[in-house]
Amino acid sequence: MKLLKMMFITCSLLCITSVAQSAEVHVAVAANFTAPMKQIAAEFEKETGHKVVLSFGASGKFYAQIKNGAPFHLFLSADDEKPIQLIKDGLAVDGSRFTYANGTLVLWSAKPGYVDTKGEVLGRGHFNKIAIANPKLAPYGAAAIELLTKKGLLAAMTPKLVQGENISQTFQFVSTGNAELGFVALSQVMKDGKVTSGSAWVVPGALHSPIRQDAVLLSVGKDNVAAKDLMNFLKTEKVKITIRSYGYEN
Amino acid sequence: MFLDSSDLQAIFLTVKLAAIVTAILLVVGTPIAWWLARSRSRWKGPIGAIVALPLVLPPSVLGFYLLLAMGPHGPVGHLTSALGIGALPFTFWGLVLASVFYSLPFMVQPLQNAFEAIGDRPLEVAATLRASPLDTFFTVALPMALPGYLTASILTFAHTVGEFGVVLMIGGNIPGITRVVSVQIYDHVEAMEYSQAHRLAAVMLVFSFLVLLTLYAWRPNTRKG
Repeated sequence: MKLLKMMFITCSLLCITSVAQSAEVHVAVAANFTAPMKQIAAEFEKETGHKVVLSFGASGKFYAQIKNGAPFHLFLSADDEKPIQLIKDGLAVDGSRFTYANGTLVLWSAKPGYVDTKGEVLGRGHFNKIAIANPKLAPYGAAAIELLTKKGLLAAMTPKLVQGENISQTFQFVSTGNAELGFVALSQVMKDGKVTSGSAWVVPGALHSPIRQDAVLLSVGKDNVAAKDLMNFLKTEKVKITIRSYGYEN
Repeated sequence: MFLDSSDLQAIFLTVKLAAIVTAILLVVGTPIAWWLARSRSRWKGPIGAIVALPLVLPPSVLGFYLLLAMGPHGPVGHLTSALGIGALPFTFWGLVLASVFYSLPFMVQPLQNAFEAIGDRPLEVAATLRASPLDTFFTVALPMALPGYLTASILTFAHTVGEFGVVLMIGGNIPGITRVVSVQIYDHVEAMEYSQAHRLAAVMLVFSFLVLLTLYAWRPNTRKG
């Protein structure tokens, strides 16, 4: 029993000291930013020697977890609403919020040649299902609804709409062919500045409100050096270029 | 109002789904359970394992394969479009089919146990009295397995109500067609509508408790009898 106790104490001490020595930042990242963030984190670790622990998921779930004490230092949301709310809740540092990326909406089909470069396929309506992200939850979904409303197509599209609970699932519906086409994030179908498969219409930004993705420093991380360094790193021109290559604007 | 109309719609849809799935599984599960209980075939092990798979597989795996299989490029998708039904994902009947797979062990395993508990003797006695196998099943085995049927039906119904991952993967979240209660709660939480989430979640909690209470409170009596 005594031995167990000793081991436990030693272990805890070891844990505490290891945390103190290497600055480690835990980041909650919106699912749509997975690919660029992995690359950015790797570069950041190489440059600074800090350690980055990434969690990917739906922003709403992260919000709920952060409200209930999740140990994240930094939150990269898929919208600007949740970071604002976290500041109001007193769980994020006031004044630390900034837009790390603007999302680009794209009408995409897994079939080559199916979506024309002006998106006129929408008006013709020769399809059974069109996938969007849940507009209540995902800014990309809200932007898609806004676009359809502006084009006067919402009523015609409503019976054909299927909703993914987030933009990743929406992409999955379209890529498996279960929906012929859908509104997804350009970042999902773009690699190195090119749409890699299927056919796409990049929706002009003027047709919907901006899809602003904000980051915020959480109260848990306000004294974390690595968290602050990573925030500044995200604002550098080098990282901005990386972010743009994945189909975001900034 | 305690629950709004979209919540009520989700509840109605969930009950309808669970009732249809239970009815289908009563018909489909009975011969499978009977065979598993009585057969001495070397296929008994593999078939039993396949039936039990949904117990251990994460819903994401099941949902992912169902999405591919029922999609336009999958085997089920080819079949349904050849039959003129069209693709099943994002439809109510797609959910029914998925739930039948997902809840299969909850029907088959209690029935199999019930059938096994009957033993050979009553069936042999019936046979000596010149009852046909089918007659024996309906007049001897079925009445004796009735408690098993009740357990299996309650578990299947409740498990289908509690389904989430598979529905999320193949449902497409369409109000009145595929937006069941568990998905509706998820939406409320994601949208930070915690008070609405609480209300619906409380309904689910009470319902699930009552179902299990019925099951456990009723079981010992049948043992005595």
